[in-house]
Amino acid sequence: MTDKEVLVEIKNLSVVFGKGKNKFTAIDDVSFQIFKGETFGIVGESGSGKTTIGRAIMRINEVTEGQILYHGKSIQGKIPKDWDREITQKIQMIFQDPMASLNERAKVDYIVSEGLYPSKKYKDEADRQQKVRDALLNVGLLPEFSSRFPHEFSGGQRQRIGIARALVMEPEFIIADEPISALDVSIRAQVLNLLASLQQRNHLTYLFIAHDLSIVRFITDRTAVIYKGKIVELAETEKLFAHPLHPYTRALLSAVPEPNPYKEREKVVEVYDPSQHRYDENPPSFVEIEEGHFILANEEELTHYRTSLKREEKI
Amino acid sequence: MTLKKSSILGIQNLVIQFTLRGRILTAIRGISLDLYKGESLAIVGESGSGKSVLMKSIMGLLDKNGRIKQGQIIYNAQDLGKFTTEQEWLGIRGKEIAMVTQDPMTSLNPLKTIGKQIEECVVMHQGLRGKEAYAETLKLLTDVGITDVQKRYKQYPHEFSGGMRQRIVIAIAIACKPNILICDEPTTALDVTIQAQILQLLKNLQQKYGLTIVYITHDLGVVAKVADRIAVMYAGDVIEVGETHEIFFHSKHPYTWALISSLPQLGSKGEQLYSIKGTPPNLFQEIKGDAFAPRNPYALKIDFIERPPFFQVSDTHYVRTWLLDPLAPKVEPPAALQAFFAEGRQYAND
Repeated sequence: MTDKEVLVEIKNLSVVFGKGKNKFTAIDDVSFQIFKGETFGIVGESGSGKTTIGRAIMRINEVTEGQILYHGKSIQGKIPKDWDREITQKIQMIFQDPMASLNERAKVDYIVSEGLYPSKKYKDEADRQQKVRDALLNVGLLPEFSSRFPHEFSGGQRQRIGIARALVMEPEFIIADEPISALDVSIRAQVLNLLASLQQRNHLTYLFIAHDLSIVRFITDRTAVIYKGKIVELAETEKLFAHPLHPYTRALLSAVPEPNPYKEREKVVEVYDPSQHRYDENPPSFVEIEEGHFILANEEELTHYRTSLKREEKI
Repeated sequence: MTLKKSSILGIQNLVIQFTLRGRILTAIRGISLDLYKGESLAIVGESGSGKSVLMKSIMGLLDKNGRIKQGQIIYNAQDLGKFTTEQEWLGIRGKEIAMVTQDPMTSLNPLKTIGKQIEECVVMHQGLRGKEAYAETLKLLTDVGITDVQKRYKQYPHEFSGGMRQRIVIAIAIACKPNILICDEPTTALDVTIQAQILQLLKNLQQKYGLTIVYITHDLGVVAKVADRIAVMYAGDVIEVGETHEIFFHSKHPYTWALISSLPQLGSKGEQLYSIKGTPPNLFQEIKGDAFAPRNPYALKIDFIERPPFFQVSDTHYVRTWLLDPLAPKVEPPAALQAFFAEGRQYAND
């Protein structure tokens, strides 16, 4: 894993909303890296801060403390204008609800090329139209659709328009915030396939934010589990699903219903009780317990996790 | 399932139509379905397949432009389809058949304390007054797993989390002691950990009150957890119905196959996930034959001409596809699905 190029690096990121009495820490000292070409997943409950991380990278939410590095350079605060313009173009976002994220009064042509206008990424009108056409073809829509309005499309097609809008900027890194939770089961598969094939074709890196673990398992290479603004466990997706260590990860995985009635009837759902940690006397830190597998734990817990890891290896 | 099953609600050859800007949309195309006492039936299907319309018709909640064109809904020897006045429905809705809706954020009144909202139903349907009604409300709150009930009684919906609000919606639904509880996507708006708790709660309440529950959902994981029987809907029709394990591991209809195949759990990383080609049919037009035929890779010629009847697979398993006709060619489900079936059937032998 070490020879991979780091695209995005998050260092001790904290995001705090409000002041004084109303202070709320949404992200609490989070650090991780996203490698070029991979799909990095963030899972957690609502209110855990997963969306805030995505929005902080998009520079929609201000960072209170810590750093976000893109290609090793900071994207926070005062930065040179051309660098600012470059990352605006290179980092794009796909939103959750295709019914709400498209301008109802604009034609598809304008929606897709909206990002192009201020960035002057096209030579002339013909070039702009060509770019829109390519983007639509790329996501499996017909170029003729560019003269239509969003309400003429189904949910799956609308999400494709949302993806085309991100693609037209020729991004490197796409933040997909619950891109398929608002879609129907059969359309989910289509959009997931599209995201996967676009990644191969355009060498994209994804940050995939979701709460549906079965989809995260299918699409991501590495996954971080976030709980109340802290990453509690981070590992390669398969490893994480096979050997979850942190009690919260275990609880989360056990709660996911499987499409097997026999298994489901017997399954015992684990419940996570945050008071089981004794962090007052023994504060936890984010440690690499084995290669590429990080966990939030204190000394006492680490020894416990190490023994259970060894036990699993033997089996 | 050795108990003799008695039907509590029977739907016979039901057709529901809507008039939209002068055009007629047939949302339900001749459904016959029985609901047995004490069971959990799950209705699965894509959005627009008519599962919510079907349930609304049972509650008398169809929109003004919708009407029952044909067929019957028999409950307690009454035909609910013939009801015309609100007065008639009031005897059924809430009292006999109650509903839990999808979004707990919007289904409660934000201006009333949750205690008052539950007590309302207790007063109206159980005829209790004053202290008795208050005591009953506290009991209901305890039943749905809320602690510190006296304090909670005086709180407003915004003081509760999503999962807690859904518990309150459930408390209101069971306050009237209904026979049938319809849960329309009861956990879609909730987190997985909360979802597991709510489903467990519904199961416990089902035993305690002897409820018959209908789940409307598109999440097959939820279905696996709670359902005794499954009815699969496509384009306003039930195309396959059977016990849970029969639908999961012995299904016969190509649409059911497609639905299960598109689960991410069946895909392997780096490969394309199965997805159904094409789009669902336009319900403004009359549908000839099997509605799924144009998207069905196994479609036969007759699929485009005549609507298939229900073929019986077992005592409980019925499928609407011509593929089961003795004259039809033998068709095997896709390879990935066969592996899934085999794995599932192994569990059954344990």
